[in-house]
Amino acid sequence: MSCFCRCAWLVLTLFLGAPAFAKPFLPIDDGAVLERLPEKTDPSLRDVKRLRAALDRNPGDIALAARLARRAIEAGRETGDPRFFGQAQAALAPWWTQRDPPAQALLLRATLKQSTHDFPGALADLDRLIAANPRDGQALLTRATVLTVQGRYADARADCARIARLTVPLVTIACDAASASVSGEAASAYRTLTGALAAPAADAGLAEWAQTLAGEIAQRRGDAAAAEAHFRAALALDPRDPYLLGAYADFLLDRNRPAEVVPLLKDYTRNDNLLLRLVLAEARLPELRSSFAAHRADLEDRYDAGGRRGDTLHRREEARYALEISGDSGRALALARENWRVQRESADLRILLSAAKAAGDAAVLREAGEWVRAHRLEDAAITALLQTQ
Amino acid sequence: MKSLCALLLCLIATGAIAHKPSDSYLTLERHGAAVQGRWDVSLRDLDAAITLDANGDGEITWGEVRAKRTAIAAYALSRLDLASGGRACPLEAADALIDQHSDGAYAVLRLSGTCPQPGPALSAEYRLLFDIDPTHRGLLQYIEDGRTHSAIFSAEARAQMLGAGTAWQQLAAYVHEGVWHIWLGFDHILFLLSLLLPAVLLRRGGAWQPAESFRGAFWDVARIVTAFTVAHSITLTLAALDVVSLPSRWVESAIALSVVLAAINNVFPVVSHGRWLAAFGFGLIHGFGFAGALRDLGLPTGSLALSLFGFNVGVELGQLAIVGVFLPAAFWLRGTWTYRRVVLAGGSALIAAIAGVWLVERAFNVAILPTVA
Repeated sequence: MSCFCRCAWLVLTLFLGAPAFAKPFLPIDDGAVLERLPEKTDPSLRDVKRLRAALDRNPGDIALAARLARRAIEAGRETGDPRFFGQAQAALAPWWTQRDPPAQALLLRATLKQSTHDFPGALADLDRLIAANPRDGQALLTRATVLTVQGRYADARADCARIARLTVPLVTIACDAASASVSGEAASAYRTLTGALAAPAADAGLAEWAQTLAGEIAQRRGDAAAAEAHFRAALALDPRDPYLLGAYADFLLDRNRPAEVVPLLKDYTRNDNLLLRLVLAEARLPELRSSFAAHRADLEDRYDAGGRRGDTLHRREEARYALEISGDSGRALALARENWRVQRESADLRILLSAAKAAGDAAVLREAGEWVRAHRLEDAAITALLQTQ
Repeated sequence: MKSLCALLLCLIATGAIAHKPSDSYLTLERHGAAVQGRWDVSLRDLDAAITLDANGDGEITWGEVRAKRTAIAAYALSRLDLASGGRACPLEAADALIDQHSDGAYAVLRLSGTCPQPGPALSAEYRLLFDIDPTHRGLLQYIEDGRTHSAIFSAEARAQMLGAGTAWQQLAAYVHEGVWHIWLGFDHILFLLSLLLPAVLLRRGGAWQPAESFRGAFWDVARIVTAFTVAHSITLTLAALDVVSLPSRWVESAIALSVVLAAINNVFPVVSHGRWLAAFGFGLIHGFGFAGALRDLGLPTGSLALSLFGFNVGVELGQLAIVGVFLPAAFWLRGTWTYRRVVLAGGSALIAAIAGVWLVERAFNVAILPTVA
């Protein structure tokens, strides 16, 4: 074992206690509920179990495997629970390492790689799909999303343009707005997107997604009233979307309205990202000190467990935690820089800037400033951070 | 078009993973032959594997878990293999308890087991849940001599060698194993003895005469032992580093054959002066046999060179001990009729017979003699 592991373990046991060594107990009451499964909240998630059982009986049935993987990815997106993504990957096991699997397996594989932030792997699969079928709208949209996260806006917008004739206008417009709004065309992107949203949408999920995006763009442009309206419209369409809940909570935290975050997120403490927002809100509310302490300990346990398993998926959130809760700007900066190497969304730049400022790292501040100028990023929070240097 | 919309959204989710992923927490502690441990597996994962939620209401109650306690232990234990010295360490689990982790309730299995063959390293193979969720991880803490090591099992890294103590302790353990291997591996001892028996004699005019000086006998023995050592060290190293690998059935049969030939040569001498050459040639084959034994013990990654060196040193020490006892005794008895007739001729014939049976057993994969180990 390397010294690093040993040191890490020592630190772990000295400062955090070992969560795995808590006292096990023997429950007395047979009726005691020990665990609530996701299907308790959403009975339709039973589909995943049902499809898994069916696939167990017919292993290698690609149509069934693809249905299971798609349903599991959907469930993962709805709940934020990585177990569903893991089950989707298990369904695709026969095709997971194949060089050239059938298109439907390849698309799902790319999606799963994207969800675990293996962006180069996802792009390789998507490139192959699009090369085989240039009119594969799904592959094009997914590739545009990955490219946007990587900050490759021109390439992303080219993909969005190619799906124009393959889907409804709102998808194309939202696809383009995601990139255009962070590369110098925020005003026109917002105008086009809200224009498209004014027409009745064919699909509630699509409308919710586009409203969330509009809310984020409005927030970046510093238009709080419009942002709030979009987030509320989105919440009316789907009050449980974890991505939307996180985005709205961030908006409320930015507006210094932590008291509203608590009721919004108190039932979502299983979701690490939402628990982080809850902890950030409770930290500002002295009357919730005990709840804050408990939630903070929980979150620390989970980051600790993630560290032990070697996870790097949540560096953005961990950096935020390190900066705003632990007050450890050095660690926050290290995490934010590693994160920035992988993903380059506006939120990634913001935590990088905040951490660099707190740690007094002029070189990172300069780099961040250059990125903003080069891409003509419009984000009120980032502009404020850069101005108050 | 509507279905396309739904599909599109489901498949472009970003930043979606936000729960704690599936992990189990395994602690293993070894004291000599005894292994004890604790294994925390989340109820959600167990439900996905063996359906704890019997009434399908989305809630797992203690009653539902209690009804499946045996199944939980059987499921988990069937996915964890421990072995030491090439032999399995069967594990048992006491009835599951419950513990609350930051992400929900876990079943807690308390493990105990015994390793029948103590070895310097414990090999562990972990297969829990990888078929259901390839992103599952097993987070291991391994405790030995009050020191804790951690390791992570994943679908890509299912097997781990759990090292033993400090480098010195590890070296000592491998030296020890090397000594025992030569002492318990009768084929190596018999081969060596077959070559050494005539060393205190001289072949003159078709008959055995006692060697004149101890010095002459000593150097004859030294040449043979050194040749054997150099040869088997070469092949042991090559095989342990996976440079050369030979089928073990072939190797084991060839070792038996080498014993047969060396022993017969004492009864019907063909080679009398170049026995060190025979020691070298057959020593190459014995080295592959040592490598097989070393592989069974487990080679901890990261200290391959150390364990290889230690094992080899142990083999030499074991060999020297045999020579140290053999040479003075044989030299003392060399002039007697008993030595020449009973020990050399009779002993060699017996060795050839035993090794002949081994040869048949190993070459044709049948059991004739009762197994010793």
